[in-house]
Amino acid sequence: MGEYTTQELISIFAMQGFAGISLFSVLLLMALGLAIIFGQMGVINMAHGEFMAVGAYTTYLVSVLSEQYFPSFVPYYFIFAILLSFFIAGALGYLAEFALIRHLYKRPLDTLLATWGLSLIMQQAFRSIFGAREVSPTLPEWLLGSYQPTETIDIPLNGLFVLGLTLVVTIGVFILMYRSSWGLRVRATVQNRVMSGAVGINTKKIDRLTFALGCGIAGIAGAAFTTIASTGPTTGSLYIVDTFMVVVFGGAGSLLGTIVSAFSIAQGQSILEFFISGSMAKVITLLSIVIFLMMRPEGLFASKVRK
Amino acid sequence: MNFIQERLLGGKNGMIGIAILAALIFIILPATLDLFRLNLVGKYLTYAFAAVSLVLLWGYGGILSLGQGVFFGLGGYAMAMFLKLEASDPESTKIQSTPGIPDFMDWNQLTELPWFWEPFSSFGFTTLAVILVPGIFAFIIGYSMFKRRVGGVYFAIITQIIALILTVLIVGQQGYTGGINGITDLKTLNGWDIRDDSSKYILYFVNAILLFGVIFLSRYVLTSKFGRLLLAMKDKEDRVRFSGYDVSNFKIFVFVLSAMIAAIGGAMFTLQVGFMSPSFVGIVPSIEMVIFAAVGGRMSLIGVVYGTLLVNFGKTMFSETFPEFWLFLMGGLFIAVVMYFPNGLAGLWDKHGYKLTNCIKNLQCVNVAKAFIDSKRKTKVDVAND
Repeated sequence: MGEYTTQELISIFAMQGFAGISLFSVLLLMALGLAIIFGQMGVINMAHGEFMAVGAYTTYLVSVLSEQYFPSFVPYYFIFAILLSFFIAGALGYLAEFALIRHLYKRPLDTLLATWGLSLIMQQAFRSIFGAREVSPTLPEWLLGSYQPTETIDIPLNGLFVLGLTLVVTIGVFILMYRSSWGLRVRATVQNRVMSGAVGINTKKIDRLTFALGCGIAGIAGAAFTTIASTGPTTGSLYIVDTFMVVVFGGAGSLLGTIVSAFSIAQGQSILEFFISGSMAKVITLLSIVIFLMMRPEGLFASKVRK
Repeated sequence: MNFIQERLLGGKNGMIGIAILAALIFIILPATLDLFRLNLVGKYLTYAFAAVSLVLLWGYGGILSLGQGVFFGLGGYAMAMFLKLEASDPESTKIQSTPGIPDFMDWNQLTELPWFWEPFSSFGFTTLAVILVPGIFAFIIGYSMFKRRVGGVYFAIITQIIALILTVLIVGQQGYTGGINGITDLKTLNGWDIRDDSSKYILYFVNAILLFGVIFLSRYVLTSKFGRLLLAMKDKEDRVRFSGYDVSNFKIFVFVLSAMIAAIGGAMFTLQVGFMSPSFVGIVPSIEMVIFAAVGGRMSLIGVVYGTLLVNFGKTMFSETFPEFWLFLMGGLFIAVVMYFPNGLAGLWDKHGYKLTNCIKNLQCVNVAKAFIDSKRKTKVDVAND
């Protein structure tokens, strides 16, 4: 690192750190949904990446439609697209739970295979509907451009927006899970399903809505994703393993753990990426997490010993 | 004799199953298919090694590994490294700037053979490495996970991450591994050309014999006391532990064994297909191996061979004619097998196969068919009379 001056190094860290924050935002949004589904229900949803892609394609569709039919709506479409992504991905998740997942709660390894099957079908559906080429929506102008605190630091606005969105969603999920009566019921169901049923909680309905909520948040992740990269049929599957890693590394069932682990994985990877090649950065991050998990299988923030 | 019949062949029914499969693989397929198709079947049968390894690990042990492709790939790469070194002797690589090293190393400006390639110029070492490298690797993973009682979905996810790491590593380190293209242009094995027609036949039969060897070995393991413990662990792990058995050691053993079996398949794959690339190592091939086992029946050593053949034939056929439907079909297959046929083809056979065998045995088919036709005719007459 000798050839960089201190000033340059600080700028590199700030900018790579910020690139890492965009990755962090998408990973965290994906992982929040997955952590709810996996941590609270114990279901492995391999199709989670495809629910993210549903959100991304929804945003693309809204962008194309508003460009063609309501040009005056274009500056504001993105907010609408985020909401629509949430509801469409959530509705699909609701359907998937009803048709597939609820039959498999007792066989967690089998949910993994069945949802993998679902992800293949969804990928092919994207390919048939939107084509194999990657698409990206036209971003409204207020998302383009960048913010320059000093001469050498250049922070893109879309990254800031995604970060803000992530904060809002995270706080929303926190309030929903820990401060609302619905969240209380969800946590009760996780702790003791039979007892919760006995006191009058409709546990099946809770399961279905929890799954739909997780998928909906994945949809928001997809909408956020469109601001930093383009979407293809296999986009979701590229992120699914990383997302699982975030959840497992943070400790299942711990929201704080998910946040910390998404942050450290994204930052580690993007700062390393500047100094060594991208693939080796990935290998080193993945490997250190695997080694960490071998030494401390319960992850960063969970105290329960898991099976 | 009794030992062989009961422990290796699986009793009378098992013997019939083995005999039918042997007839199919050793006689019917070679007699009816042309060399190109037979070579394809040979390739599929190498995946069957991985499927058989999953019967031990997943079907009986209840441990789902989404990283069997890693071991398949390690075995395949070990074999490919040997063949590549033999193919790049100084004579045939004299146009390179450094003759005597594999071509992709030369393209990546390497000037000497990396240290870990050196031992692979010996055939004896390579044969050992095909089995031992994946075995040791599996031991390290298994030891660190099972001793800490990591299991179930966590194990599945971690093995999947390992599959991802290995693929990224192989693709990223082009100079040492051949990168995304893999190790190609393999020619001879100890001077014996593996590309001409007669050697393709020979390799097909060697592969088939090894596959049966592996099936016998697996059946021997599963019918032993260890096999029963494995099944007990899958159902009630704590009870086995409280009975004084060290559960983790059994898990490590079965994981290492299954890794070695998958690796043999990988080495045979390289020999028959003539190259090895990271696309046979990663997440997708690993999970496809699981579906082969699931379709065939995760508890049946014979069933998974049929499962592997069927899914692969389907894949080849569909991707030749309707490529866009293949993923729909494959996805549907995953869901259908998991939801409706958890024991796969073998489960269907156990449930309904006896009807067919009884039928053939007593020639009841004819009677049943007659009765069926009569009843139809009768209803027709009845309808006409009304």
